[in-house]
Amino acid sequence: MSTTALPAPAPAPPRVETPFRRFVSEFCESKVALGALVVFTLIALAAIFAPWISPQDPYDLGVLDIMDGRLEPGSVGATGITHWLGTDDQGRDMLSGIIYGLRISLIVGAGSAIIACLVGASLGLLAAYAGGRTDGAIMRLVDLQLSFPAILAALMILAFLGKGVLNVVIALVIVEWAYYARTVRGTALVERRREYIEAAQCLALPTHRILFRHLLPNCLPPLIVVGTMQVARAIALEATLSFLGLGVPITEPSLGLLIANGYEYMLSGKYWISFYPGIALLITIVSINLVGDQLRDVLNPRLKK
Amino acid sequence: MMMKPIMAVAACFGLLCAEARAQNLTMAVGAPVTSLDPHYHQLSPNNAASDMIFDRLVDTDSRSRNIPGLALSWTTVEPNVWEFKLRPNVRFHNGNPFVAEDVAFTIARLPNVPNSPSSYAIYARPITAVEVVDPLTVRFRTTEPYPLLPLDMTNVRILNRATHERSTTDDFNAGRAAIGTGPYRVVSHRMGDRIELERNDTYWGERPAFGRVNYRMITNDASRTAALLAGDVDVIDQVPTSDLARLRTDQRVTLSEIVGLRLIFLGLDFARPAGENSPFVTDNNGQPLGRNPLQDVRVRRALSMAIDRRAIVERVMEGAAVPASQFLPEGTYSHVPDMPPTAYDADGARRLLAEAGYPQGFRITLAGPNDRYINDARIIQAVGQMWTRIGVRTTVEAQPWTTFVARAGRADFSAFLIGWGSNPDGSHPLRNILATVNRDRGWGASNRGRYSNARVDELTLQSLSELNDARREQILIQAQRLAADDVGVIPLHIQTNIWATRRGLTIAARADELTRAQDVRPAAAR
Amino acid sequence: MSLYLLRRLIQAVGVMAVMSLIVFLGVFAIGDPVDILIAPDADQIERERAIIALGLDKPLWMQYLVFLGNALRGDLGRSFVFNEPALQLIMGRMPATLELALGATIMAIIIGLPLGLYAGLRPNGAISKAILAISILGFSLPTFWVGLMLIMVFAVQLGWLPSTGRGETAMLFGLRWSFLTQDGLAHLIMPATNLALFKISLVIRLTRAGVRETMLMDYVKFARAKGLSPARVTFVHVFKNILIPVVTVVGLELGSTIAFSVVTESVFAWPGMGKLIIDSINVLDRPVIVAYLMTIVLMFITINLIVDLTYSFLDPRVRLESKG
Repeated sequence: MSTTALPAPAPAPPRVETPFRRFVSEFCESKVALGALVVFTLIALAAIFAPWISPQDPYDLGVLDIMDGRLEPGSVGATGITHWLGTDDQGRDMLSGIIYGLRISLIVGAGSAIIACLVGASLGLLAAYAGGRTDGAIMRLVDLQLSFPAILAALMILAFLGKGVLNVVIALVIVEWAYYARTVRGTALVERRREYIEAAQCLALPTHRILFRHLLPNCLPPLIVVGTMQVARAIALEATLSFLGLGVPITEPSLGLLIANGYEYMLSGKYWISFYPGIALLITIVSINLVGDQLRDVLNPRLKK
Repeated sequence: MMMKPIMAVAACFGLLCAEARAQNLTMAVGAPVTSLDPHYHQLSPNNAASDMIFDRLVDTDSRSRNIPGLALSWTTVEPNVWEFKLRPNVRFHNGNPFVAEDVAFTIARLPNVPNSPSSYAIYARPITAVEVVDPLTVRFRTTEPYPLLPLDMTNVRILNRATHERSTTDDFNAGRAAIGTGPYRVVSHRMGDRIELERNDTYWGERPAFGRVNYRMITNDASRTAALLAGDVDVIDQVPTSDLARLRTDQRVTLSEIVGLRLIFLGLDFARPAGENSPFVTDNNGQPLGRNPLQDVRVRRALSMAIDRRAIVERVMEGAAVPASQFLPEGTYSHVPDMPPTAYDADGARRLLAEAGYPQGFRITLAGPNDRYINDARIIQAVGQMWTRIGVRTTVEAQPWTTFVARAGRADFSAFLIGWGSNPDGSHPLRNILATVNRDRGWGASNRGRYSNARVDELTLQSLSELNDARREQILIQAQRLAADDVGVIPLHIQTNIWATRRGLTIAARADELTRAQDVRPAAAR
Repeated sequence: MSLYLLRRLIQAVGVMAVMSLIVFLGVFAIGDPVDILIAPDADQIERERAIIALGLDKPLWMQYLVFLGNALRGDLGRSFVFNEPALQLIMGRMPATLELALGATIMAIIIGLPLGLYAGLRPNGAISKAILAISILGFSLPTFWVGLMLIMVFAVQLGWLPSTGRGETAMLFGLRWSFLTQDGLAHLIMPATNLALFKISLVIRLTRAGVRETMLMDYVKFARAKGLSPARVTFVHVFKNILIPVVTVVGLELGSTIAFSVVTESVFAWPGMGKLIIDSINVLDRPVIVAYLMTIVLMFITINLIVDLTYSFLDPRVRLESKG
């Protein structure tokens, strides 16, 4: 293929260096994002301190009683605990279940998204920058990965490693990294033809420096869009795996598993078993995304005034 | 001149439409039919589909008792020869008459269906020869006296030699060869999606109520219920227990229930001898015990006593089960009388544990599938609660059937939940679940705990050559009682099979879980 | 160009071989198909017969070589469950899934692109904020839950749409399509919507992000300064620039929708490929799983190729490498 001239005037090379303070003040410009950050912090704190603030240890089968199963919100169970959000089919206090479930969902969602993002973005950048065989090899790996169903990956990991929260994270990373790689490569392919990269190459800067200091920041906007959505997606995917019986252990339910369990009771009007975990999931994901949206705007070198 | 015929046609058409609506039935089943070849894959949904198209020599009523089908009567003429008298004037859908030769052809076909993942050959194996005495009399010769032959024949759907001599499984699936003597004939078949059927107007038995049947497969439980509530289907099977509370009070819906033949039970590790560790049993600090407590009958009894079966039936199963002490429900041949389900007694269980040398209990992992039996994952959690309360701290591990069954088959687990759908004959669970694993006899193929009791084996063997039904029943009862006293497995409950129809229809609920169009009738007709 | 395509083709064959190997090893690790398929009361002799009938008695490497040999002749094996050639089974299910996935993607573009464009052009407007907030719902609610809610509201409560299934179909090009009949279309609406929700959000967000940064670019500023109409600036200059990420992601999404709309197809009893693959995985129907995933790999490779070609069309700065 022949080289074609640029159709539009190239933008000026952006300035990457941003002092931390400026970043904070820019972030705080949006009240909504700030509010979301506060909410998210509260959620994270609740998740971390779950054992101290939950009325019940929902993982201890010894304190659950099926005779307390499916109690309506506000009922008092046999153990004397008031179940403000009701109980699930096992007699598990929904409020405690949700607080502990947040923990699992955040570990699974954020953990898998961060690892997948690191792996995927690095490989995507490398593919775009190196081109040729490296690009071909990485992208075919991406093809392979995108074609591999999460369900089969999860089943295989279940067969090899057994059930566990960490194994779900591994399964999700295996499934998700390719999305990041594909997205980053797409943007990086465009960026690396720009003058600032050529300039950096002329200065004989080391490859890793060009990759991570020059190319990566310019690929960030779509990456953050995909990334914050993928946290949500990872949490939802974990719910789907749980729905299919491949998720976290049933005695350590995540929000997704709580929803999947309660889902069967929606038709019979026992809404609280899946409704409240659903609300908790929604609030978590909305706050993560609002924070992510603002982060993207702040970090985007091209939106700088 | 022209007007009259047109109006007549239009009037007819209108009538036909009204008639057609009343005649149409849409059913939704939860488990997909994988083949219309009645001998390709032995699977309940396939048997249900086959039952609408084909017939068996020995039919079964809704409580799984043998009744005449294509055979009018059967008897042993010699200890090892069964004679079946066939029903006269029966025709296949294509007009061919049904004769004894077709029975011989069918038996010969059973072991010879290529690529079958689970064949019907086991029903042909005891038969050494099929003799056609006359067109309406057929004899089966076996090497030894074989009392189970009529029961075996309830699993075999009869084909026509002239029609099916060269038919492949593909021909059946495409509908070309799906030609039987049954109440319905196949109009079209879309694999895994739907079967369209129309009434066989020359059927020899009771005339089915509906002229056309759309037999759909909706595997998702909630969607199936929703389809019924939306009025898109008239009948659903495998009603999820979580919807029962609502459906029982819904004016638009009628439920039909019957106690089934499927026992849900816990299997225990008998594979490791008393002096060895069981893989998922440890002491309270997570260290190996150095022995297998499950080999001690007192421990097994304690584990059984710790379970509040009524609570599981009421709370987890929402009433859709009966607590059980054995494989067969009351009223079935070879049900053990006077053996009530083990009573819930947590204190007694703790005493027994202490007596067995475990006053502080121990830890155990209870495994189970999460996509196989009704509420399977919920049941093991409930049992986990109850065991934990007597000091046996229980971890629950639920996984999909695909991985579970492989591990259970290797005797990987210390304790596991599993189910068994019995034929209405005690020898069926005895041979498959409780007998010592023995390839030559074909016993214990599903004995995943590796239970072994020489006396039970002996009685089981004895029952298999006893032709007198009353004497045989006593032997089977004795064997089952022995295994129950020894707690070879821990029975939990027998499931109730539930169908829901829209108001105005009724379905004859079947103990064998089969969902068949001929069982549906307008409510007024009954 | 042709050299480039040839190289991609060779890579594709390699990827498909790797995929088949992974599936062979994976299924072997998960369990034994015979355990799952065989009747519970089958004895040991019947079990051994079934193992031989399915060709599972040979060592795994030999099974794989047999498979490779047959695959070279275009035979990917017969389903253990249905005794039908796996490829034929998959192709039979494809139209149902294809129309579902295309329906969802078209919905995503028709709804998502304008909303995203609007939100991007007026980033601080109240409507834009609302669009963005609602779009979060689209990817935070689990599909199975939304699916059931759709059925409950539109089929059970309101009775507007049929609850499940595919409805009437009409023949076109020798295949059955339901979008050609009114009944079929009615059946298509809910499952397509269920699948589209995530995509709509995705398109909205990507478009908005793209528009926002493109509007600040020099060439856009220049075009506006030149006095071009806002419409022309938006639809010619801005639009072209934001299409790259949108095309990438929508392309990938289309692929994964075709491949894995498992949950939607189960909830709506839609007889497509997603339902086939989940059913096949549940019973370890290896020939179908292998054939299915090889088909899907091929599809993804094709989609990625098309996406790459689209890049160079949309943005000539991206050149396709032909040297390696």
